Amino acid sequence: MKIMAQMAMVMNLDKCIGCHTCSVTCKQAWTNRAGTEYVWFNNVETRPGLGYPRTYEDQETWEGGWVRKSNGRLTLKAGGRWKKLATIFSNPKLPSIEDYYEPWTYDYATLLNSPSTSTFPVAKPKSLISGKQMNITWSANWDDDLGGSREHAAKDPMLKGIEDKVKFEFEQTFMFYLPRICEHCLNPSCAASCPSGAIYKRSEDGIVLVDQDKCRGWRMCVSGCPYKKVYFNHKTGKAEKCTFCYPRIEVGIPTVCAETCVGRLRYIGLMLYDADRVLEAASVENDHDLYEAQRSVFLDPNDPEVAREAERAGIPLDWIEAAKKSPVRRLIQDYKVALPLHPEYRTMPMVWYIPPLSPVVDVVRDTGHDAEDKGNLFAAIEALRIPVEYLANLFTAGDVGPVNDVLRKLAAMRSFMRDINLGGDPDESIAEAVGMDAESMYEMFRLLAIAKYEDRYVIPTAHVEQAHGLEELATECPVDFDYEPTTGVFGEGSGDLTPVAVENFRMLEERQQSDQLVGGGSKRGRVNLLNWDGKGAPRGLFPHRKKQDQ
Amino acid sequence: MSTFLWVIFPYICLAVFVVGHWWRYRYDKFGWTTRSSQLYESRLLRWGSPLFHFGLLGVVGGHIIGLLIPQTWTDAVGISETAYHWVAVIGGMISGIMVMVGLVILIYRRRTVGPVFSATTPMDKTMYFFLALVIVLGMWNTIASSIFGLGGSEGHSFNYRESVSVWFRQIFYGQPDASLMTDVPFGFQLHALVAFFLFALWPFTRLVHVFSAPVGYITRPYIVYRTKDEREGTGVGSRAPGRGWERVQ
Repeated sequence: MKIMAQMAMVMNLDKCIGCHTCSVTCKQAWTNRAGTEYVWFNNVETRPGLGYPRTYEDQETWEGGWVRKSNGRLTLKAGGRWKKLATIFSNPKLPSIEDYYEPWTYDYATLLNSPSTSTFPVAKPKSLISGKQMNITWSANWDDDLGGSREHAAKDPMLKGIEDKVKFEFEQTFMFYLPRICEHCLNPSCAASCPSGAIYKRSEDGIVLVDQDKCRGWRMCVSGCPYKKVYFNHKTGKAEKCTFCYPRIEVGIPTVCAETCVGRLRYIGLMLYDADRVLEAASVENDHDLYEAQRSVFLDPNDPEVAREAERAGIPLDWIEAAKKSPVRRLIQDYKVALPLHPEYRTMPMVWYIPPLSPVVDVVRDTGHDAEDKGNLFAAIEALRIPVEYLANLFTAGDVGPVNDVLRKLAAMRSFMRDINLGGDPDESIAEAVGMDAESMYEMFRLLAIAKYEDRYVIPTAHVEQAHGLEELATECPVDFDYEPTTGVFGEGSGDLTPVAVENFRMLEERQQSDQLVGGGSKRGRVNLLNWDGKGAPRGLFPHRKKQDQ
Repeated sequence: MSTFLWVIFPYICLAVFVVGHWWRYRYDKFGWTTRSSQLYESRLLRWGSPLFHFGLLGVVGGHIIGLLIPQTWTDAVGISETAYHWVAVIGGMISGIMVMVGLVILIYRRRTVGPVFSATTPMDKTMYFFLALVIVLGMWNTIASSIFGLGGSEGHSFNYRESVSVWFRQIFYGQPDASLMTDVPFGFQLHALVAFFLFALWPFTRLVHVFSAPVGYITRPYIVYRTKDEREGTGVGSRAPGRGWERVQ
């Protein structure tokens, strides 16, 4: 047994209103730079829908993740090590920028410099890739809220096998939002695909990161990740991915996406697992068994045996305590209401989802029946096969059993709490009908509905004695760093890195002390808007003007 | 003059090559990348890049055989000059044509595809010029000497293994004999000089990615684990701790 700790997340999809706040704050924090315009570490997809990049879930096309060979061993779907090296000169499975979208900005100068005219001046879109005028034909959320879904959502790879039924009932179709970040998998296929060995899993907390100094831009990780959550920065020539906001996690605060989530639907906590059993669990024969196999890898920190072993493995005591209190562990292991996204990719993802009951509730309510009665809801879950099958395609490799169980639990909780809220006695039989007791059902309700900040996020800090030296912490003296808003000798991105905190500090100082309008300066092509006050144009926001334009 | 060209100049270039790489690796790991442009365009790249790179592997292999293995060795195992010559010419022509075709596709792509062209730095353009020059000269030497018999005598084509190869090996022994190169055909002379200049340019271009060829991928475990404070000398943060502030083990 080799016990390791993993920082994990659960998202309660019933609560997601699709406001994209998580995406926007994440982008501001991490990918507001040249070269990462199209990069969304966090994105929110409308389902049924194509996702981002388009149809990324169709692994027959993209060949991400792992497959089980006939001898029971796992291999990368896109081919083993030799094939990867043989195709290194031109990656055959790399999504092109059109599969994401061509990022653009607007020619705002036309508006600002326009003389007084009888018609409104128009700011034309300009491509951030070629710098030329372009027509906007797609973006990260083109099919948001089922926009154009007759055309687009019908191509959702997850509708395979049930597309007729969904199309047939399109007027009353179900819809929900799926926020996605990197899954920080236990068996990451991006890391396995990286020829340079630049992608690594941190042994302390399992966060999967790209070493920017070791990455050589072979782009195999982009193809290897079945979730398409590794992106290629086309300016620096390096791969970038969601970092689980490790500089925040290290000091015990939640990721930016979780912190700013309006619906408060994200939960962050630790999971203890047996690293020796990961490969075995990822190699079970039947796709439908993968969900339970992954659950079986997790260890219960409340078991004194496990706690002792964890301590022996060097996991600090406060981490073991945090694992006991982890909301993520409770949702995955105790209540069994959270499910992994696409276990069939066999990467053992660690961002799990509570599937939404609301499509079912909506249907029951629309028919005029009591949508908080467990009988009605149970019957509806049975009857509404299409949403359940669709959810099963997302979360359990198509096995409707676990999805049914979760939805029944959520439905039971609904009617159980209705009784209590109306002043009645809690009806134990409702909880028993889904294999729970009244107390744990109430606890589950508290965790799902009214959990406070410290209940939703149980994040042990990285060790206090290391705090000063932690990466990107602003505890360093900013005077120690040079801050020159120039590009390095070898173009954008070369040379030593300046921590973001220091860069912000310098920019603020520059603006406060300068007599002129100054924008947010930028080294290496980064457009830093973190403390831009709208005066002047941040350096790098617009491309350099050519001489003839001036 | 010949001492400068065939002794001093190669050593300067090799010194820049070695020190330059050390310096670049020390100070610009973040800039050390292939700078791939596949995201912008992959239809032309899918043909051009493998043709060019695989061809180039053949070319490099041919140069290793031709320059590093002395003729006495191949004679010793009974490979006649004629047999060697034809293997070299045929192998060289195949790889050379692959490289040329690939190069033409790649340069066409770089020039005509807008996003790719705008991602091209002045250093890239300089490098492309010299790289193409070396390749064209090498191709010319192969064709001119072996097929048109340029620089050859008495029905034999020019045998670079008696002059150029010897001189090349002598550079690494530390005693290059400049007189070996003075009578070599002009095309060979130019090819060697431009190649050495390309070596000097190498560490400052994207060519550094050659030294990142991920051969370790074959043997390393699929999943890499790292702890936060593993990297030597860097302590737990992104910078090395100040002297006297290292962590107590």
